[in-house]
Amino acid sequence: MTFDVNSPILFVLVGIIIAAVLAQSVFFLVKAWKRGKEIGMEPKKLRRIATTAAVFTIAPAVAIVISVIALAKDLGVALPWLRLSVIGSLSYETIAASNAANGMGLKLGEISALTASQYVTITLVMTISILVGIWLVPVVCKKLQSGMINLEKRDKKWADIFSASMFIGMIAAFVGYVFCDVSTIFEGSTAGLIPVAVMAVSALVMLISGALVKIFKARWISDYALPVSLIAGMASAIPITSWLA
Amino acid sequence: MKNTNYSEKIHTWGRAWNLSMMVLLILFPIAIAIIFGAAPDLQGLLLGLLYTAPMYWAVGFIEVFTYIPMLGAGGSYLSFVTGNISNLKLPCALNALEQADVKANSDEGEVVSTIAIAVSSIVTTAIIILGVLLITPLTPILEAPVLAPAFAQILPALFGGLGVVFVSRNWKIAIAPVSLMLVLFIFIPALNAGTVGIMVPVSVIFTLIISRIMYKRGML
Repeated sequence: MTFDVNSPILFVLVGIIIAAVLAQSVFFLVKAWKRGKEIGMEPKKLRRIATTAAVFTIAPAVAIVISVIALAKDLGVALPWLRLSVIGSLSYETIAASNAANGMGLKLGEISALTASQYVTITLVMTISILVGIWLVPVVCKKLQSGMINLEKRDKKWADIFSASMFIGMIAAFVGYVFCDVSTIFEGSTAGLIPVAVMAVSALVMLISGALVKIFKARWISDYALPVSLIAGMASAIPITSWLA
Repeated sequence: MKNTNYSEKIHTWGRAWNLSMMVLLILFPIAIAIIFGAAPDLQGLLLGLLYTAPMYWAVGFIEVFTYIPMLGAGGSYLSFVTGNISNLKLPCALNALEQADVKANSDEGEVVSTIAIAVSSIVTTAIIILGVLLITPLTPILEAPVLAPAFAQILPALFGGLGVVFVSRNWKIAIAPVSLMLVLFIFIPALNAGTVGIMVPVSVIFTLIISRIMYKRGML
Protein backbone atom coordinates (compact mmCIF):
# COMPACT_ATOMS: atom_id res chain seq x y z
CA MET A 1 0.00 0.00 0.00
CA THR A 2 1.35 3.44 -0.90
CA PHE A 3 1.94 5.58 2.17
CA ASP A 4 0.57 9.06 2.65
CA VAL A 5 0.34 11.02 5.95
CA ASN A 6 -3.38 11.45 5.23
CA SER A 7 -3.99 7.87 4.12
CA PRO A 8 -7.61 6.78 4.92
CA ILE A 9 -6.41 3.73 6.86
CA LEU A 10 -4.65 6.03 9.36
CA PHE A 11 -7.97 7.77 10.04
CA VAL A 12 -9.66 4.40 10.56
CA LEU A 13 -7.00 3.32 13.10
CA VAL A 14 -7.12 6.66 14.92
CA GLY A 15 -10.94 6.58 14.83
CA ILE A 16 -10.93 3.22 16.65
CA ILE A 17 -8.68 4.57 19.43
CA ILE A 18 -10.71 7.80 19.74
CA ALA A 19 -13.90 5.71 19.98
CA ALA A 20 -12.31 3.77 22.86
CA VAL A 21 -11.39 7.04 24.61
CA LEU A 22 -14.96 8.27 24.21
CA ALA A 23 -16.27 4.97 25.56
CA GLN A 24 -14.03 5.29 28.64
CA SER A 25 -15.24 8.86 29.27
CA VAL A 26 -18.91 7.82 28.91
CA PHE A 27 -18.31 4.79 31.17
CA PHE A 28 -16.83 6.92 33.98
CA LEU A 29 -19.54 9.56 33.50
CA VAL A 30 -22.33 6.99 33.89
CA LYS A 31 -20.70 5.35 36.93
CA ALA A 32 -20.08 8.70 38.67
CA TRP A 33 -23.62 9.87 37.87
CA LYS A 34 -25.12 6.70 39.40
CA ARG A 35 -22.85 7.06 42.43
CA GLY A 36 -23.93 10.69 42.81
CA LYS A 37 -27.58 9.64 42.95
CA GLU A 38 -26.74 6.83 45.41
CA ILE A 39 -25.19 9.26 47.88
CA GLY A 40 -28.17 11.63 47.60
CA MET A 41 -26.96 14.23 45.13
CA GLU A 42 -29.83 15.82 43.21
CA PRO A 43 -29.96 15.11 39.44
CA LYS A 44 -30.40 18.87 38.94
CA LYS A 45 -27.06 19.51 40.66
CA LEU A 46 -25.36 16.80 38.59
CA ARG A 47 -26.77 18.29 35.37
CA ARG A 48 -25.50 21.73 36.40
CA ILE A 49 -21.98 20.34 36.95
CA ALA A 50 -22.05 18.66 33.54
CA THR A 51 -23.38 21.75 31.72
CA THR A 52 -20.80 24.06 33.32
CA ALA A 53 -17.97 21.65 32.46
CA ALA A 54 -19.17 21.41 28.85
CA VAL A 55 -19.42 25.19 28.39
CA PHE A 56 -16.06 25.78 30.07
CA THR A 57 -14.36 23.24 27.78
CA ILE A 58 -15.33 24.85 24.45
CA ALA A 59 -12.64 27.58 24.20
CA PRO A 60 -9.68 25.41 25.36
CA ALA A 61 -10.88 22.63 23.02
CA VAL A 62 -10.91 25.03 20.05
CA ALA A 63 -7.32 25.95 21.00
CA ILE A 64 -6.48 22.23 20.80
CA VAL A 65 -8.00 22.12 17.27
CA ILE A 66 -5.62 24.95 16.33
CA SER A 67 -2.74 22.79 17.64
CA VAL A 68 -3.95 19.90 15.45
CA ILE A 69 -3.92 22.23 12.42
CA ALA A 70 -0.40 23.44 13.31
CA LEU A 71 1.05 19.92 13.55
CA ALA A 72 -0.97 18.64 10.56
CA LYS A 73 1.21 20.63 8.15
CA ASP A 74 4.10 18.21 8.72
CA LEU A 75 2.48 15.10 10.13
CA GLY A 76 -0.88 14.96 8.32
CA VAL A 77 -4.17 15.20 10.21
CA ALA A 78 -4.53 11.69 11.66
CA LEU A 79 -1.47 11.62 13.97
CA PRO A 80 -2.00 15.08 15.57
CA TRP A 81 -5.69 14.19 15.94
CA LEU A 82 -4.70 11.10 17.92
CA ARG A 83 -1.90 12.65 19.94
CA LEU A 84 -3.93 15.69 20.99
CA SER A 85 -7.05 13.64 21.81
CA VAL A 86 -5.16 11.07 23.88
CA ILE A 87 -2.75 12.23 26.63
CA GLY A 88 -0.88 14.84 24.59
CA SER A 89 -0.59 18.60 24.46
CA LEU A 90 0.85 20.87 21.76
CA SER A 91 4.14 21.63 23.52
CA TYR A 92 4.84 17.95 24.36
CA GLU A 93 3.93 16.63 20.94
CA THR A 94 5.84 19.30 19.02
CA ILE A 95 9.04 18.59 20.98
CA ALA A 96 8.67 14.79 20.65
CA ALA A 97 7.96 14.96 16.91
CA SER A 98 10.76 17.48 16.41
CA ASN A 99 13.31 15.31 18.28
CA ALA A 100 12.33 12.22 16.28
CA ALA A 101 12.54 14.19 13.01
CA ASN A 102 15.94 15.62 13.97
CA GLY A 103 17.21 12.11 14.72
CA MET A 104 16.47 11.23 11.08
CA GLY A 105 18.06 14.40 9.72
CA LEU A 106 14.70 16.11 9.13
CA LYS A 107 13.43 19.41 10.48
CA LEU A 108 9.86 19.87 11.67
CA GLY A 109 8.29 22.73 9.73
CA GLU A 110 10.31 21.92 6.60
CA ILE A 111 9.12 18.37 5.92
CA SER A 112 7.67 17.91 2.42
CA ALA A 113 6.59 14.24 2.42
CA LEU A 114 7.25 11.69 5.16
CA THR A 115 7.97 8.07 4.24
CA ALA A 116 6.14 5.28 6.11
CA SER A 117 9.34 4.44 8.00
CA GLN A 118 9.83 8.05 9.14
CA TYR A 119 6.15 8.25 10.13
CA VAL A 120 6.37 5.03 12.19
CA THR A 121 9.54 6.34 13.88
CA ILE A 122 7.95 9.68 14.82
CA THR A 123 4.78 7.92 16.04
CA LEU A 124 6.83 5.50 18.18
CA VAL A 125 8.85 8.32 19.79
CA MET A 126 5.70 10.34 20.51
CA THR A 127 3.88 7.30 21.93
CA ILE A 128 6.66 5.80 24.07
CA SER A 129 7.66 9.19 25.51
CA ILE A 130 4.17 10.09 26.68
CA LEU A 131 3.03 6.76 28.14
CA VAL A 132 4.21 7.16 31.76
CA GLY A 133 0.97 8.53 33.20
CA ILE A 134 -1.25 5.95 31.56
CA TRP A 135 0.49 2.98 33.28
CA LEU A 136 1.72 4.70 36.43
CA VAL A 137 -1.77 5.87 37.49
CA PRO A 138 -3.06 2.26 37.69
CA VAL A 139 0.03 1.37 39.75
CA VAL A 140 -0.07 4.18 42.33
CA CYS A 141 -3.55 5.74 42.27
CA LYS A 142 -5.12 3.41 44.85
CA LYS A 143 -2.20 3.85 47.27
CA LEU A 144 -2.24 7.65 46.91
CA GLN A 145 -6.01 7.81 47.37
CA SER A 146 -5.78 5.54 50.44
CA GLY A 147 -3.13 7.89 51.78
CA MET A 148 -5.54 10.81 51.33
CA ILE A 149 -8.32 8.87 53.11
CA ASN A 150 -6.01 8.02 56.02
CA LEU A 151 -4.86 11.64 56.22
CA GLU A 152 -8.48 12.74 56.52
CA LYS A 153 -9.19 10.15 59.21
CA ARG A 154 -6.18 11.30 61.27
CA ASP A 155 -6.70 15.06 60.95
CA LYS A 156 -9.63 16.36 58.89
CA LYS A 157 -8.66 20.02 59.16
CA TRP A 158 -5.13 19.34 57.92
CA ALA A 159 -6.52 17.16 55.10
CA ASP A 160 -8.63 20.10 53.90
CA ILE A 161 -5.64 22.48 54.14
CA PHE A 162 -3.48 19.89 52.34
CA SER A 163 -5.99 19.72 49.48
CA ALA A 164 -6.35 23.53 49.25
CA SER A 165 -2.53 23.90 49.35
CA MET A 166 -2.11 21.58 46.37
CA PHE A 167 -4.60 23.62 44.32
CA ILE A 168 -3.00 26.90 45.38
CA GLY A 169 0.48 25.54 44.59
CA MET A 170 -0.64 24.66 41.07
CA ILE A 171 -2.33 28.03 40.52
CA ALA A 172 0.72 29.91 41.95
CA ALA A 173 2.98 28.29 39.33
CA PHE A 174 0.71 29.48 36.51
CA VAL A 175 0.37 32.97 38.02
CA GLY A 176 4.19 33.11 38.07
CA TYR A 177 4.31 31.96 34.45
CA VAL A 178 2.01 34.83 33.41
CA PHE A 179 4.69 37.24 34.66
CA CYS A 180 7.65 35.42 33.03
CA ASP A 181 8.27 38.05 30.33
CA VAL A 182 7.60 41.13 32.48
CA SER A 183 11.34 41.86 32.77
CA THR A 184 11.41 42.73 29.04
CA ILE A 185 10.00 46.09 30.14
CA PHE A 186 13.57 47.00 31.21
CA GLU A 187 14.61 46.48 27.58
CA GLY A 188 11.93 48.91 26.41
CA SER A 189 9.36 46.29 25.32
CA THR A 190 5.87 46.21 26.83
CA ALA A 191 4.96 42.88 25.19
CA GLY A 192 5.68 41.03 28.45
CA LEU A 193 2.77 42.88 30.05
CA ILE A 194 0.20 41.38 27.61
CA PRO A 195 -0.45 38.16 29.60
CA VAL A 196 -0.52 40.15 32.85
CA ALA A 197 -3.16 42.53 31.46
CA VAL A 198 -5.18 39.62 30.07
CA MET A 199 -5.08 37.87 33.45
CA ALA A 200 -6.19 41.11 35.13
CA VAL A 201 -9.18 41.43 32.78
CA SER A 202 -10.18 37.81 33.41
CA ALA A 203 -9.84 38.28 37.20
CA LEU A 204 -11.87 41.50 37.04
CA VAL A 205 -14.69 39.79 35.10
CA MET A 206 -14.71 37.02 37.70
CA LEU A 207 -14.94 39.58 40.52
CA ILE A 208 -17.81 41.39 38.74
CA SER A 209 -19.59 38.03 38.27
CA GLY A 210 -19.20 37.35 42.00
CA ALA A 211 -20.67 40.76 42.81
CA LEU A 212 -23.61 40.19 40.43
CA VAL A 213 -24.35 36.83 42.09
CA LYS A 214 -24.57 38.58 45.46
CA ILE A 215 -26.59 41.59 44.22
CA PHE A 216 -29.14 39.66 42.14
CA LYS A 217 -29.01 36.45 44.20
CA ALA A 218 -28.63 34.71 40.84
CA ARG A 219 -26.73 31.47 41.42
CA TRP A 220 -26.69 30.59 37.69
CA ILE A 221 -24.30 33.48 37.03
CA SER A 222 -21.60 31.77 39.11
CA ASP A 223 -22.03 28.57 37.04
CA TYR A 224 -20.86 30.43 33.94
CA ALA A 225 -18.47 32.89 35.61
CA LEU A 226 -15.30 30.94 34.73
CA PRO A 227 -16.11 30.33 31.04
CA VAL A 228 -17.22 33.99 30.73
CA SER A 229 -14.02 35.29 32.39
CA LEU A 230 -11.99 32.97 30.13
CA ILE A 231 -13.67 34.25 26.95
CA ALA A 232 -13.51 37.88 28.15
CA GLY A 233 -9.78 37.48 28.88
CA MET A 234 -9.14 35.91 25.48
CA ALA A 235 -11.18 38.58 23.68
CA SER A 236 -9.34 41.33 25.56
CA ALA A 237 -6.04 39.86 24.34
CA ILE A 238 -6.81 41.11 20.80
CA PRO A 239 -6.85 44.89 21.60
CA ILE A 240 -4.30 44.50 24.42
CA THR A 241 -1.83 42.79 22.07
CA SER A 242 -2.19 45.46 19.38
CA TRP A 243 -1.68 48.08 22.09
CA LEU A 244 1.32 46.58 23.93
CA ALA A 245 3.09 44.43 21.32
CA MET B 1 -13.83 10.20 51.54
CA LYS B 2 -14.84 6.79 52.89
CA ASN B 3 -13.26 3.62 51.56
CA THR B 4 -16.45 2.32 49.94
CA ASN B 5 -17.34 -0.34 47.43
CA TYR B 6 -17.45 2.40 44.73
CA SER B 7 -13.96 3.65 45.51
CA GLU B 8 -12.69 0.04 45.32
CA LYS B 9 -14.42 -0.58 42.00
CA ILE B 10 -13.23 2.67 40.43
CA HIS B 11 -9.65 1.40 40.71
CA THR B 12 -10.56 -1.93 39.10
CA TRP B 13 -12.34 -0.15 36.24
CA GLY B 14 -9.60 2.47 35.90
CA ARG B 15 -6.81 -0.12 35.75
CA ALA B 16 -8.64 -2.15 33.11
CA TRP B 17 -9.41 0.92 30.96
CA ASN B 18 -5.99 2.55 31.23
CA LEU B 19 -3.98 -0.58 30.55
CA SER B 20 -6.26 -1.42 27.59
CA MET B 21 -5.78 2.11 26.24
CA MET B 22 -2.01 1.75 26.63
CA VAL B 23 -2.06 -1.46 24.56
CA LEU B 24 -4.22 0.25 21.89
CA LEU B 25 -1.83 3.21 21.70
CA ILE B 26 1.22 0.96 21.33
CA LEU B 27 -0.56 -1.06 18.65
CA PHE B 28 -1.07 2.08 16.51
CA PRO B 29 2.56 2.48 15.26
CA ILE B 30 2.92 -1.33 15.07
CA ALA B 31 -0.20 -1.54 12.87
CA ILE B 32 1.10 1.19 10.55
CA ALA B 33 4.46 -0.59 10.28
CA ILE B 34 2.73 -3.87 9.35
CA ILE B 35 0.18 -2.32 6.92
CA PHE B 36 2.78 -0.30 5.02
CA GLY B 37 5.60 -2.80 5.45
CA ALA B 38 7.83 -0.15 6.99
CA ALA B 39 10.29 -0.70 9.81
CA PRO B 40 11.18 2.26 12.04
CA ASP B 41 14.41 4.14 11.38
CA LEU B 42 16.48 2.75 14.28
CA GLN B 43 18.86 5.71 14.49
CA GLY B 44 15.96 8.19 14.45
CA LEU B 45 14.07 6.13 17.01
CA LEU B 46 17.01 5.87 19.42
CA LEU B 47 18.03 9.52 19.08
CA GLY B 48 14.41 10.70 19.29
CA LEU B 49 13.83 8.66 22.45
CA LEU B 50 17.16 9.69 23.95
CA TYR B 51 16.32 13.39 23.58
CA THR B 52 12.65 13.07 24.54
CA ALA B 53 11.84 10.10 26.78
CA PRO B 54 14.02 10.73 29.89
CA MET B 55 12.63 14.25 30.34
CA TYR B 56 9.03 13.23 29.58
CA TRP B 57 9.21 10.20 31.86
CA ALA B 58 10.59 12.28 34.71
CA VAL B 59 7.94 14.98 34.24
CA GLY B 60 5.22 12.33 33.78
CA PHE B 61 6.30 10.59 37.00
CA ILE B 62 6.14 13.83 38.99
CA GLU B 63 2.83 14.85 37.37
CA VAL B 64 1.18 11.60 38.43
CA PHE B 65 2.09 12.12 42.09
CA THR B 66 1.17 15.83 41.95
CA TYR B 67 -2.17 15.59 40.16
CA ILE B 68 -3.76 12.38 41.55
CA PRO B 69 -4.61 13.90 44.97
CA MET B 70 -6.22 16.88 43.17
CA LEU B 71 -8.10 14.97 40.45
CA GLY B 72 -9.58 12.18 42.58
CA ALA B 73 -9.55 8.53 41.51
CA GLY B 74 -12.00 8.55 38.57
CA GLY B 75 -10.69 11.90 37.37
CA SER B 76 -7.08 10.65 37.46
CA TYR B 77 -7.71 7.51 35.40
CA LEU B 78 -9.54 9.59 32.79
CA SER B 79 -7.25 12.63 32.77
CA PHE B 80 -4.07 10.62 32.26
CA VAL B 81 -5.66 9.05 29.18
CA THR B 82 -7.23 12.18 27.68
CA GLY B 83 -4.41 14.62 28.56
CA ASN B 84 -4.40 18.43 28.67
CA ILE B 85 -4.53 18.20 32.48
CA SER B 86 -3.20 21.52 33.76
CA ASN B 87 -4.71 23.64 30.96
CA LEU B 88 -8.16 22.01 30.90
CA LYS B 89 -9.11 18.98 33.01
CA LEU B 90 -7.85 20.17 36.40
CA PRO B 91 -9.23 23.75 36.11
CA CYS B 92 -12.53 22.21 34.95
CA ALA B 93 -12.64 19.90 37.99
CA LEU B 94 -11.62 22.73 40.34
CA ASN B 95 -14.38 24.97 38.99
CA ALA B 96 -16.94 22.17 39.35
CA LEU B 97 -15.91 21.51 42.97
CA GLU B 98 -16.18 25.22 43.68
CA GLN B 99 -19.63 25.49 42.07
CA ALA B 100 -20.93 22.39 43.85
CA ASP B 101 -19.41 23.67 47.10
CA VAL B 102 -17.88 20.31 48.00
CA LYS B 103 -14.43 19.27 49.18
CA ALA B 104 -12.18 17.44 46.72
CA ASN B 105 -11.51 14.65 49.22
CA SER B 106 -15.20 13.88 49.94
CA ASP B 107 -17.51 11.30 48.31
CA GLU B 108 -19.36 14.13 46.58
CA GLY B 109 -16.02 15.64 45.46
CA GLU B 110 -15.02 12.36 43.80
CA VAL B 111 -18.36 12.29 41.92
CA VAL B 112 -18.19 15.97 40.93
CA SER B 113 -14.61 15.89 39.64
CA THR B 114 -15.20 12.63 37.71
CA ILE B 115 -18.35 14.04 36.05
CA ALA B 116 -16.62 17.34 35.18
CA ILE B 117 -13.55 15.60 33.71
CA ALA B 118 -15.62 13.00 31.83
CA VAL B 119 -17.87 15.68 30.28
CA SER B 120 -14.85 17.83 29.48
CA SER B 121 -13.14 14.85 27.80
CA ILE B 122 -16.25 14.03 25.73
CA VAL B 123 -16.73 17.66 24.64
CA THR B 124 -13.02 18.05 23.80
CA THR B 125 -12.99 14.85 21.77
CA ALA B 126 -16.19 15.87 19.95
CA ILE B 127 -14.84 19.35 19.13
CA ILE B 128 -11.55 17.90 17.85
CA ILE B 129 -13.54 15.45 15.66
CA LEU B 130 -15.54 18.39 14.28
CA GLY B 131 -12.30 20.32 13.74
CA VAL B 132 -10.77 17.38 11.85
CA LEU B 133 -13.90 16.93 9.69
CA LEU B 134 -14.07 20.64 8.90
CA ILE B 135 -10.32 21.27 8.81
CA THR B 136 -10.31 22.79 5.30
CA PRO B 137 -12.94 25.52 5.89
CA LEU B 138 -11.87 26.04 9.53
CA THR B 139 -8.12 26.51 8.99
CA PRO B 140 -8.27 30.07 7.54
CA ILE B 141 -10.72 31.11 10.29
CA LEU B 142 -8.86 29.62 13.25
CA GLU B 143 -5.48 30.74 11.91
CA ALA B 144 -6.69 34.27 11.14
CA PRO B 145 -4.07 36.75 12.45
CA VAL B 146 -6.80 38.71 14.25
CA LEU B 147 -7.67 35.69 16.45
CA ALA B 148 -4.08 34.58 17.11
CA PRO B 149 -3.56 36.80 20.22
CA ALA B 150 -6.75 35.41 21.82
CA PHE B 151 -5.59 31.79 21.57
CA ALA B 152 -2.01 32.72 22.51
CA GLN B 153 -3.29 34.10 25.84
CA ILE B 154 -5.58 31.24 26.87
CA LEU B 155 -3.60 30.33 30.02
CA PRO B 156 -3.54 33.88 31.49
CA ALA B 157 -7.26 34.21 30.68
CA LEU B 158 -7.94 30.90 32.41
CA PHE B 159 -5.83 31.42 35.52
CA GLY B 160 -7.01 35.02 36.03
CA GLY B 161 -10.57 33.87 36.72
CA LEU B 162 -9.60 30.70 38.52
CA GLY B 163 -6.82 32.36 40.52
CA VAL B 164 -8.95 35.17 41.90
CA VAL B 165 -11.46 32.69 43.34
CA PHE B 166 -8.98 30.34 44.97
CA VAL B 167 -6.42 32.92 46.07
CA SER B 168 -9.07 35.15 47.69
CA ARG B 169 -10.54 32.15 49.56
CA ASN B 170 -7.15 30.87 50.71
CA TRP B 171 -5.11 34.07 50.79
CA LYS B 172 -3.08 33.07 53.83
CA ILE B 173 -1.92 29.89 52.08
CA ALA B 174 -1.39 31.73 48.77
CA ILE B 175 0.90 34.59 49.84
CA ALA B 176 4.17 32.62 50.06
CA PRO B 177 3.87 30.41 46.91
CA VAL B 178 2.54 33.23 44.70
CA SER B 179 5.38 35.52 45.88
CA LEU B 180 8.01 32.82 45.33
CA MET B 181 6.71 31.92 41.86
CA LEU B 182 6.54 35.59 40.84
CA VAL B 183 10.16 36.16 41.87
CA LEU B 184 11.37 32.96 40.18
CA PHE B 185 9.49 33.49 36.90
CA ILE B 186 10.36 37.19 36.64
CA PHE B 187 14.06 36.85 37.41
CA ILE B 188 15.02 33.45 35.96
CA PRO B 189 14.88 33.66 32.14
CA ALA B 190 14.84 29.84 31.76
CA LEU B 191 11.40 29.74 33.38
CA ASN B 192 8.76 30.18 30.68
CA ALA B 193 5.83 28.44 28.97
CA GLY B 194 7.99 25.39 28.32
CA THR B 195 9.02 24.93 31.94
CA VAL B 196 5.83 25.86 33.81
CA GLY B 197 4.84 22.18 33.95
CA ILE B 198 8.03 21.38 35.86
CA MET B 199 7.41 24.28 38.27
CA VAL B 200 3.92 23.03 39.25
CA PRO B 201 5.23 20.22 41.52
CA VAL B 202 7.92 22.56 42.90
CA SER B 203 5.24 25.10 43.81
CA VAL B 204 2.90 22.44 45.22
CA ILE B 205 5.61 20.97 47.49
CA PHE B 206 6.67 24.44 48.66
CA THR B 207 3.03 25.36 49.42
CA LEU B 208 2.50 22.13 51.38
CA ILE B 209 5.64 22.77 53.49
CA ILE B 210 4.64 26.38 54.26
CA SER B 211 1.04 25.36 55.00
CA ARG B 212 2.23 22.62 57.37
CA ILE B 213 4.43 25.09 59.26
CA MET B 214 1.57 27.62 59.46
CA TYR B 215 -0.89 24.92 60.55
CA LYS B 216 1.44 23.69 63.30
CA ARG B 217 1.82 27.26 64.54
CA GLY B 218 -1.96 27.79 64.59
CA MET B 219 -1.88 30.33 61.74
CA LEU B 220 -4.43 28.50 59.55
